[in-house]
Amino acid sequence: MKYMMLVCTDTQPDRNPDAAPDIEKWVAERDANGQRLTGSRFAPPSAATTVRVRDGELLLSDGPFAETKEVIVGFDLLECADLDEAIEVARAHPMAYAGRIELRPLVED
Amino acid sequence: MTDAARAVADAGAEAYPRIVAALIRVTGDWTLAEDCAQEALAAALERWPHQGVPDNPGGWLMTTARNRAVDVLRRATVERRKLRDLALLTDPAPARPEGDVVDDRLRLIFTCCHPALALEARVALTLRTVAGVPTADIARAFLVTESTMTRRLTRAKARIAAAGVPYRVPTGPALVERLPGVLGVLYLLFTRGYDADGEPAFAAEAIRLARLLHTLLPDQPEAAGLLALFLLHHSRRATRRDPSGDLLTLDQQDRTRWDRAAIAEGVALLDRAGDGPYALQARIAAAHATAPTAAETDWPAIARCYDALALVHPTPVVRLNRAVAHGYAYGPAAGLALLAEAREGGALDGYPPAMAAEAELTARRGDPVRAAALFRATADAVRSDPERRALLRRAAELSP
Repeated sequence: MKYMMLVCTDTQPDRNPDAAPDIEKWVAERDANGQRLTGSRFAPPSAATTVRVRDGELLLSDGPFAETKEVIVGFDLLECADLDEAIEVARAHPMAYAGRIELRPLVED
Repeated sequence: MTDAARAVADAGAEAYPRIVAALIRVTGDWTLAEDCAQEALAAALERWPHQGVPDNPGGWLMTTARNRAVDVLRRATVERRKLRDLALLTDPAPARPEGDVVDDRLRLIFTCCHPALALEARVALTLRTVAGVPTADIARAFLVTESTMTRRLTRAKARIAAAGVPYRVPTGPALVERLPGVLGVLYLLFTRGYDADGEPAFAAEAIRLARLLHTLLPDQPEAAGLLALFLLHHSRRATRRDPSGDLLTLDQQDRTRWDRAAIAEGVALLDRAGDGPYALQARIAAAHATAPTAAETDWPAIARCYDALALVHPTPVVRLNRAVAHGYAYGPAAGLALLAEAREGGALDGYPPAMAAEAELTARRGDPVRAAALFRATADAVRSDPERRALLRRAAELSP
């Protein structure tokens, strides 16, 4: 199954973030074993552009679709056998300690 | 009920969860598995009265359900995954040893109890899919309508498929991590059956599942501890109420009617149960269950268990019970001192069992006037009439 791993910040990170693993190591290992297909960090929400079409008219606004304290700072596209494998990949990511991670399966037909 | 109908009911109760578990393993399709198991039961109700009950009713049901699943898959649109399932189902020699069949149910338990599901969904799904409890009964226990419960179960099953919850017993450290969640679900199930207004069948079901879990994971001490705890509590089920239905305390129960076989089994399990929270609760229950009379209860042993339990689980209720145990073991002053400690922070404020404990300890310390006032205050705080009457009676005894 493919999982979109949304890497998010959190206003209440782990009290001991030093225990978090190294991000370079995480990427290198997941790339090597085929669990990570691709991924990237995002520019900050201030760089976001929101696109809507209403009544045929293009509406653009600067910033993310919602103003929140927690934001998505990056993503990784995973290929895992099941949710448990994806959870193991996510728990090894440093942002599981400093923020939070959402695992969203891709609908594959 | 006719003999054939009874045979269907008996075989169904035993075979239904096994059939569902086996078909889920092969097809990964929960609804298909349940539908086919139901249809096999319906077919048995129709045919057994005429054709007689087969020699192996469970095997007949399994074969019928499997054939039904093959039919459904064959008629379904032909896609690769379905074809693979079909090949598995129609394998002419599915030589699966009995151990594998049991393993199917353990897999199902771990899937239903996956932490990615909400706790209530875990309990409901375990009841429905692992234990085969009808949706209507589960709905009653959760105080919702049957259609609401049907929707919740459907949502939970859809979530398992969509989120990719695996159908597997975890191994290694993951098993140790997940087991407490599974044990927690069984504990909740047992409590639903053991509470004053619970469904008694759920307690028996929880025992059956805990026994299965312990058989399959004999080296997990807390699985043994939980089964011991259930058996020791359940041994008293026949004596917990008086003829009018009011709950009786331990010292009021007829100990000759406690289930000796269950107590012996529970006590024997303690050898393998370790010192986890369930094992400690089981040891406390065992001390009560093996005391010849209430007066001969080994309170120092119970107090030691509560000391250990309070270290790992310092909940207000555990600390309250610890104070009561110390009160019996080492005198009312010791109990009152620990009760005062447990009350710090205010979590027990207005909690009737804490108020009653203080009243009882105060009476035993030799202050009947204050104790009577405390009993009356407790009576004002409880909701059930029988409890209120008992507390007021106690207050009247103390203030002549």
